[in-house]
Amino acid sequence: MADTSWLREFPQMDRMDLLEIRKTLDSAYREFSRSYGDSIESFFDPLLHFLVWFEQLLINSPWWAVILVVTALVYAATRSWKLSLSVVVSFLLIGYFGMWEDTMSTLSIITVCTLMSIVLGIPIGILMARSDRIRSFVTPVLDIMQTMPAFVYLIPVVMLLGIGKIPGLIAVVIYAIPPVIRLTNLGIRLVDPEVMEAATAYGASPMQRLFGVQLPLAMPTIMAGINQTIMMALAMVVIASMIGVKGLGQPVLKSITNQYFTLGLFNGLAIVALAIIFDRVSQAYARRTQRHSNGGRNV
Amino acid sequence: MSDALIRVEGLYKVFGKDPASVMPLVHEGRSKDDILAETGHTLGLKSIDLEIAKGEIYVIMGLSGSGKSTLIRHFNRLIDPTEGRILVEGTDVMQLSPRQLIDFRRHKMSMVFQRFGLLPHRSVLDNVAYGLAIQGVDRSSRAQQAQQWLEAVGLSGYGEQYPAQLSGGQQQRVGLARALCTNAEILLMDEAFSALDPLIRSEMQDQLLALQQKLHKTIIFITHDLDEALRLGDRIAILKDGALVQEGTPVDILLHPADDYVAAFVKDVNRARALTVETVMTPAQCCIEGDSVQAALKALEQAGREYGFQVAGRQYRGTLSRRSLEQAPGDHIDASLLETVATVAPNALIESVIPDTLETPGPLPVVSEDGNLCGELSRASLVEVLGDGSRRSAA
Ligand SMILES: Nc1ncnc2c1ncn2[C@@H]1O[C@H](COP(=O)(O)OP(=O)(O)O)[C@@H](O)[C@H]1O
Ligand SMILES: [Mg+2]
Repeated sequence: MADTSWLREFPQMDRMDLLEIRKTLDSAYREFSRSYGDSIESFFDPLLHFLVWFEQLLINSPWWAVILVVTALVYAATRSWKLSLSVVVSFLLIGYFGMWEDTMSTLSIITVCTLMSIVLGIPIGILMARSDRIRSFVTPVLDIMQTMPAFVYLIPVVMLLGIGKIPGLIAVVIYAIPPVIRLTNLGIRLVDPEVMEAATAYGASPMQRLFGVQLPLAMPTIMAGINQTIMMALAMVVIASMIGVKGLGQPVLKSITNQYFTLGLFNGLAIVALAIIFDRVSQAYARRTQRHSNGGRNV
Repeated sequence: MSDALIRVEGLYKVFGKDPASVMPLVHEGRSKDDILAETGHTLGLKSIDLEIAKGEIYVIMGLSGSGKSTLIRHFNRLIDPTEGRILVEGTDVMQLSPRQLIDFRRHKMSMVFQRFGLLPHRSVLDNVAYGLAIQGVDRSSRAQQAQQWLEAVGLSGYGEQYPAQLSGGQQQRVGLARALCTNAEILLMDEAFSALDPLIRSEMQDQLLALQQKLHKTIIFITHDLDEALRLGDRIAILKDGALVQEGTPVDILLHPADDYVAAFVKDVNRARALTVETVMTPAQCCIEGDSVQAALKALEQAGREYGFQVAGRQYRGTLSRRSLEQAPGDHIDASLLETVATVAPNALIESVIPDTLETPGPLPVVSEDGNLCGELSRASLVEVLGDGSRRSAA
């Protein structure tokens, strides 16, 4: 009789071969990280310094000064007393419940991650909007970045750079950057073609079109992307604490392993408070800068 | 050569992946539909030759999809041709380097768009000044010029507003001011008034004509509305499926449509509102010199007419009728013998002279501003033009 076992069981690859593949890839990557890990790490050194400096600045400044500055920034961005007042109250509560330092760490890494995502994401989005070729290449990469479980890409990052702030930052940026890129691309592509034609017809150079027309008109969409990016970065902070990112994520992690419900809840709530503040502030800012587009009317 | 400001020679445009591969079919004379079905390419324009003179309003007309927008976008190279040449003041625009092209667009041509194409995030004043801002003109001098043009289009108080705060008509005035603000010699207007209400549209047409009287630009105006074309155009070109089917003065187009497509356009036109007296009048049949009643009666007899015009040289003096001349007491024609007949101006619209024509038994004298008799307007010729026009073109 012929062997019919392949009908019942999946004719899978030989175990030894599979093992061989894994071994080869792993050792190749390990080899790569051994020879280049240091130089890549030193490449990120300036960023690390900035991150540490910023975190220390937030932690070492007197608490009232931090609240004052943050509230002033929020008011400058939104011109809303209500929002500014909620920020003060949230921060006071956070401090009162003993989460000040962790919150400052989280705040600093979120700020840096968001800046990184904007600095990298907007140019990539612009390139994507300019060329269908680039878009067809970038889109699937973004899909993978967003659907791949976050833990999976922590592994190579940790293998390469070890545990610490920079790998955490990279993981958060990878996880959080897709919305900025996607919505920058979308926003630019949605700019009224007739307005673009007008700019071209009046002799605008490509740069004048980009900075004078495309980016300003895409701004509401880009702001929506930045908002989503911040939210995703906050969500990722808990996971990134597994590889040594300090902040509100670490107590949450500790609570899971030790079943401290209240500790987890408090820190979770602090993250929620930060999320709401970031969300409302960035939205109010976006609305305020876009008032002209409907001429102050509710169109 | 001629004094054409813009010349288009053998222009073809095919939209699609590989336009060059389709050109043999186009040259074989295959139809737009055939080419689309066979190759998936759209024939946008075929074999366009035209010349536009300095200072004229050149109207390009056709149904939607006939290639009007495609054609006008070739003049400033928003679209590149598949084949053919576009010469502006003798310069082949296809030969311009990217840098030169930008300069050319900044200084030679400006454009007005159907849906206005204003920058929503800039104030009205900044929109008007946009062309100058792009050129790097400093802020205060461009604000001053923009203010001047805003006034010229009647929007002086609106500089600080944003486009979304204005009505459609006002927005298009901003579009027009923006186009004029660069002082470019050529104005491209792609269905600039088509999105506006009829009343506003006719106001805008008046405004454009008034501005043109002062500015003497070369205007290329696109429309799908023949009434608009007739009103504005010094010459009209008619496009059908990307080809130029007729080119001529408004009267040419109206009275001698080249084919059924043009005839269909012309059919619904209100001729009384489109044609002027000049185009319909005939030479005066009976001009009477001198003051003698007898001589006048003789002249009427010879011409076989009931009415005649008394003239001195080319100057019109009055209308005489056989009946009152026969009852004249002496041989001297004096003012009391003259009929009370309205005179009409050669550039008056026919519509405006219909009542006078109906009230007067004889032909109306057509008298120019300086008092010269240019011709006469009879009921018969009016009826002929306002009635079925095909009789005239067939005749
Ligand atoms: N970018 C384009 N790609 C493909 N086909 C086009 C493009 N632009 C115009 N066309 C086609 O060319 C023809 C003429 O279009 P257009 O010049 O916009 O007409 P109009 O302005 O007279 O309405 C239409 O059949 C249209 O579908
Ligand atoms: Mg069009």
